[in-house]
Amino acid sequence: MSAWDHFLQTFFNAEVMAKYLPDILQGTVVTIELAALIVISGIGAGLVLALVRSLAIRPLNWLIIFVVDLFRSLPPLVIIVLVYFGLPAAGWSPSSFVSTWLSLALVLMAFAEEIFWAGITSVAKGQWEAARSTGLSFGQTLVNVVLPQALRLTIAPLTNRTIAITKGTALGTVVALHEILGMASSAVSNSYNPSPLMLGAAAYLVLFLPVVVAARWIETRFAWKR
Amino acid sequence: MNSTVAEPIVVARGIHKHFGHLHVLKGVDLEVAERELVFVIGPSGSGKSTLLRCLNRLEEPSAGSITVAGIDMLSPKTDINHARQHIGMVFQSFNLYPHMTALGNVTLALRKVAGKSRAEAEKIAHTALERVGLADRAGHRPAELSGGQQQRVAIARAIALEPRVMLFDEPTSALDPELVGSVLAVMRSLRESGMTMIVVSHEMGFARAAADRVVFMDHGLIVEQGPPAQIFERPAHERTRAFIGQIRQH
Repeated sequence: MSAWDHFLQTFFNAEVMAKYLPDILQGTVVTIELAALIVISGIGAGLVLALVRSLAIRPLNWLIIFVVDLFRSLPPLVIIVLVYFGLPAAGWSPSSFVSTWLSLALVLMAFAEEIFWAGITSVAKGQWEAARSTGLSFGQTLVNVVLPQALRLTIAPLTNRTIAITKGTALGTVVALHEILGMASSAVSNSYNPSPLMLGAAAYLVLFLPVVVAARWIETRFAWKR
Repeated sequence: MNSTVAEPIVVARGIHKHFGHLHVLKGVDLEVAERELVFVIGPSGSGKSTLLRCLNRLEEPSAGSITVAGIDMLSPKTDINHARQHIGMVFQSFNLYPHMTALGNVTLALRKVAGKSRAEAEKIAHTALERVGLADRAGHRPAELSGGQQQRVAIARAIALEPRVMLFDEPTSALDPELVGSVLAVMRSLRESGMTMIVVSHEMGFARAAADRVVFMDHGLIVEQGPPAQIFERPAHERTRAFIGQIRQH
């Protein structure tokens, strides 16, 4: 057997791949569900926090800044472990799915809040003044004038951060979540062959490559002349 | 011109403004009659822009009282968003909304504040854009317009709400010299239509031709005021004379 054949036999073993493909697909479904939930809840919560912060209520802003800085500093893996193994002590035992969702959504929320906040503050003061001078309220100005401009600025950093964090769904393996990587690694141990890992890598590529390409398209689409 | 018309529409009394330790306005009294055009001049830092911004409460005065069109601007009971509809403002840096067309810039407050339907708002906006000579630019974004055109859209945005008073904060200072004329022409036609205007600007030629009164401010106080001929030709105060002499040289 040549070295090349040996390599194929080890990493791209058709028999092993066929056997574990259903498992990997099942894991892919879990990853998709989880990623979608994280993106929606994380970005939504981040936007809400940024809007609350724009009200400039001091004690509330201190709290927001503390929470945001906390979740930006802690490694996501640590948060997942703390939620999964720590919360039961407080009387709530979230599943591995819910623990991973909650943890990564909190991390995405923290980064998204900072990105939205940077977008809101980068809109020139004159925009607020012009809108308010025509009688628009604070909220109307925020929604109609400031946010549309702020959101365009946030699209690029937000998609990058979102991709990075949703890839973190692989960290769910530490709490026995059956997503792509979890399925692949248990298949590797059962088959004594790393081919399922290649399948898993392919699944990640199929999932995330379109997102990365779409992000690039959105960035150019939303860049507008000032 | 019409300075004899009764009933002042803007009455500001004893306006003080502090920015931290900085005392920017030190008790300014200003009355403006309906249909009057008042020019406010003075060196930079004299407080003229701050005074203008206090009139519609973009700046909160530290002390004093302001009444515009019978509305007590500083009363906590006053709905400031409603009151501001009566006071149009034009800024040095135009401040058009870059994500909206010229039409969108003009219709926003008509729809959200004045409660007009989209169709109504667009009709009013087209008329306003026509008045500033930009009916054919309704679909353009600010980035596609020259500075002069942007400032005229900003004027249209303000006059579309049919304000009782218009405030101009150095409306031509950010413009290339060849674009100033178009903005001044719009201001002149606005003046001819009987709009009450308070203008912070150094466009002396325009002041001479159109102003009823020129107010000279320095160090947070009104030093003197009077008809343009008097202020420009025979100023009573040494500081006024020095300032007029300085801007003449340019």
